[in-house]
Amino acid sequence: MRLFSYSLLVFLLALFSVPAMAIDTERAFEDDVLQARYKQLVAEVRCLTCQNQSIKDSNAPLAVDLREVVREQIAAGKTDREILAFLQARYGDFALYRPPFSARSALLWLSPLILLLIGGYAVFGVVRRRAGMDVMADGE
Amino acid sequence: MNRFVLPLLILAALSVAFVIGLGRDPTAIPSPLLSQPMPAFELDSLTEPTRKVSEKALLGEPSLVNVWGSWCFNCAVEHDFLMKLSREKTIPIFGLNWNDELPAARQWLLDRGDPYVFSAFDVEGRVAIDLGVYGAPETFLLDANGVIVHKHIGPLDAVVWSRDFLPRLQELAKR
Repeated sequence: MRLFSYSLLVFLLALFSVPAMAIDTERAFEDDVLQARYKQLVAEVRCLTCQNQSIKDSNAPLAVDLREVVREQIAAGKTDREILAFLQARYGDFALYRPPFSARSALLWLSPLILLLIGGYAVFGVVRRRAGMDVMADGE
Repeated sequence: MNRFVLPLLILAALSVAFVIGLGRDPTAIPSPLLSQPMPAFELDSLTEPTRKVSEKALLGEPSLVNVWGSWCFNCAVEHDFLMKLSREKTIPIFGLNWNDELPAARQWLLDRGDPYVFSAFDVEGRVAIDLGVYGAPETFLLDANGVIVHKHIGPLDAVVWSRDFLPRLQELAKR
């Protein structure tokens, strides 16, 4: 019975386990507040050699170097804004996962609103048409 | 009729957007460093470890800063062209050896020839980050005051040279 339950346990663990990537596993800071800032910042910065990952998710040499830069600047007392500005001055808006609103990024930022308006307009049209049909049905 | 026109228009607009998007190179990221001075640095010379090199050596005439590493495949591709520029004394080329290992980098220059006035040994990649480098090779064209005039990502060759570099060099010579 015990063998069975252990086997079942291992089976379930294997079934639901996902491969864990050992990236940046060591803490950057002893201090919890600084560590939290570090974790948030490295998730905000794009790895430029592996464009669809943040520097948090990559072990590309450049991502490792950029994490080190972020760590050093936090340690040196720079604010989050200053650190992101430092990277932006070198790599452009592209390095930031939340680029500042500008003429170039307007479509990116506004597209959810635009899509919502289009969807709202479509729903409005459907509702009105249905309502019209009901009126006709009542009129009969 | 109207219910067919609108979706078709949307499809047409999307098609245009996709065609434009497909033609773009997603790795070509515009550098915010154009028209900015070359970032200051002080690094060891790759070939003479006792010597420090800095951005001040780049002043006085237009120059190239070429970011390379012995691990970089496309650096091998462009190396012959750099050797040719160096042989013909077209323009001084300064190397930034990026995230490399000293013996491997030196051996590379011994094996293939050294087209550089010097190569700065940027083992921590800090100068590369100051330059906004994200993939080697990258080549920066600097004017005589050390201001970045142009950045090329990927290997240099005769086509790129005559298209992107020569006109700008001629422009610089006129100033």
